Amino acid sequence: MTRPEEPAGGVGPLDGALSALLDRFRSGQRMALARAISLVEGERPGFDAFLHAALVAGTRAARVGLTGPPGAGKSSLVAQVAAHYRRQDQDVGIVAVDPTSPFSGGALLGDRIRMNDLATDPGIFIRSMATRGSMGGLAAATREVMDLMDAFGLDRLIVETVGVGQTELEITGAADTVVVVLVPESGDSIQAMKAGLMEIADIFVVNKADRPGADRVAKEVTLALHLRAGEALRDVPAHHGVDLRRLAGGERGESGDDGGGPVVGEPMDQAVPEAPGWEIPVLKTVAQNGDGVPELIDAIASHKKYLDESGELEGRRRRRAGARVVDVVERELGRRVWGAAGASAILEDGVERIRRGEATPYSVASQVVDNLIRHGL
Amino acid sequence: MGHARARPAILPDAIILVWLHLRSQGIAATPNTEILMERKIRVLVAKPGLDGHDRGAKVIASAFRDAGFEVIYTGLHQTPEMIVSAAVQEDVDVVALSVLSGAHMTLFPRVLELLREAGADHMLLTGGGIIPEEDIEALAGLGVGRLFGPGTTTTEAVAYIREWSERQPQDLVG
Ligand code: B12
Ligand SMILES: Nc1nc2c(ncn2[C@@H]2O[C@H](COP(=O)(O)OP(=O)(O)O)[C@@H](O)[C@H]2O)c(=O)[nH]1
Ligand SMILES: [Mg+2]
Repeated sequence: MTRPEEPAGGVGPLDGALSALLDRFRSGQRMALARAISLVEGERPGFDAFLHAALVAGTRAARVGLTGPPGAGKSSLVAQVAAHYRRQDQDVGIVAVDPTSPFSGGALLGDRIRMNDLATDPGIFIRSMATRGSMGGLAAATREVMDLMDAFGLDRLIVETVGVGQTELEITGAADTVVVVLVPESGDSIQAMKAGLMEIADIFVVNKADRPGADRVAKEVTLALHLRAGEALRDVPAHHGVDLRRLAGGERGESGDDGGGPVVGEPMDQAVPEAPGWEIPVLKTVAQNGDGVPELIDAIASHKKYLDESGELEGRRRRRAGARVVDVVERELGRRVWGAAGASAILEDGVERIRRGEATPYSVASQVVDNLIRHGL
Repeated sequence: MGHARARPAILPDAIILVWLHLRSQGIAATPNTEILMERKIRVLVAKPGLDGHDRGAKVIASAFRDAGFEVIYTGLHQTPEMIVSAAVQEDVDVVALSVLSGAHMTLFPRVLELLREAGADHMLLTGGGIIPEEDIEALAGLGVGRLFGPGTTTTEAVAYIREWSERQPQDLVG
């Protein structure tokens, strides 16, 4: 535990309590991971230095995100997928996000109800997070929490968003592979969905396939995907790239994309490797009994393979790192702007003057920024 | 705290320009830690054992949410091991059990013991349900917090947790 710390640039040193926490974190104590998550989630003093110290070794866990409308069965599927990875002896971290009530600031986090079978497994770590005002389907610190789980040594990370509509698409910034979960009742909204969830899915799942209508929805999604990709491209082998049926080692059985009929792909080795594409699979599952889950696991593995081979993983992670830096800078600057002496007074006074018609939000904002500069940050 | 909540969306682009400018001039930065997010009280609400009476637990869980707490609800049929494992992972401040089955004299001590073993004895163990007065006293002697019976107003339970929380050190990282 005497490993020298990487110079942290602007990030301050760890104080005694935090470096003790870091030691316990590094020695694998679950309570320490849990407390580190609270530290980071609450942006308590020293959280950034702690993150820096915990993450210098880099991150490596594969990250899957599940998103989709409320009640689609995301939590139930997460539990199934996690149980699968456990059977392969992989340690799994799960982050489940639920909304904060804008009225009380409180939250009812109920995703664990569906994950009870995993509750005492020492290879599983589940953390529920409230959005705390964040609008993108995740909490502000979700990615940092995943980073901590990663640094703690968990092999696989699964994140479940709040029940989302079309605009909560932050999941793409947190996961390598995005699974969009729909239900047989989603049929009517597929047209509307095109703009949002449709664009971010790497894999579609129609869950609750024990109910009528699953085939129809699977076909509609497949059709919509093909319309989007453009008919012309469909017959070019290069654009099929990875063929799931092959990679998954056989039949996907009743996995539901047979309707719109993607051409059964050319064998992988004949696909043009320099422009590999990913044909988004549309699968059917029953999260309650596990039907279709092995196919989902295979699809996630195939997608990971595609990401690795195409260089897309590298690209995604690089874009994510860049976006993260911008995020952190914005958050830190926000903190400083509003923490600078006099900022609150300028705001209060400014609001008054806006009300009287003597100022605009823009003039007041520039005063707030000037104030920060005057105080030399 | 008022302003932490009410602060408007910042102007990221303008501020980043300012920031980059100052950075390029080598002006030192000192982090400001004054504006912190309001510290949320996290509570695990669980129904241990085979007890299927979940109305009280649901009433209490919603009341806690409405009071601004973050409530992790695990549902029915929890073993003490499941409860403590969840409490640790969620880093809750409070573990709240609802017991109407009559098994409180085994469940509460067992959860307390497991919390201690897990290094989580900084958490408050409280709860409610059908629990006779003398048992409440006996459990209090072991270190269990207040227990609330039928007819409890949710405000009482909320106030109890708030007051307990205010007495705790606020920089819990150890
Ligand atoms: C409704 C009810 C049922 C319903 C439950 C429906 C449900 N989903 O909850 C049904 C019909 C299913 C049922 C079944 C049984 N019941 Co029943 N049931 C009741 C009854 C009439 C009311 C309970 C209730 O819902 N109250 C309303 C809620 C809001 O109040 P509450 O749970 O007490 O919660 C309040 C406080 O206790 C406190 N509180 C509770 N939990 C917590 C937790 C925290 C953290 C805090 C701060 C506060 C707190 O705050 C709440 C709000 O004020 C009670 C009698 C009674 N008057 O209490 C018997 C009672 C609880 N049942 C009893 C029994 C014996 C049974 C059965 C075994 C009967 C049988 N032989 O089949 C079965 C067992 C079922 C099972 N699997 O557990 C006994 C328990 C005896 C005991 N513990 O010694 C009771 C006391 C009746 C009696 N006098 O004999 N029951
Ligand atoms: N019939 C059926 N119900 C399911 C299935 N998967 C989940 N459910 C139920 O759907 C409800 C919502 O599930 P949950 O996993 O909490 O959904 P989430 O809100 O998307 O996380 C629960 O009552 C589940 O038991 C399924 O495959 N078939
Ligand atoms: Mg859920």
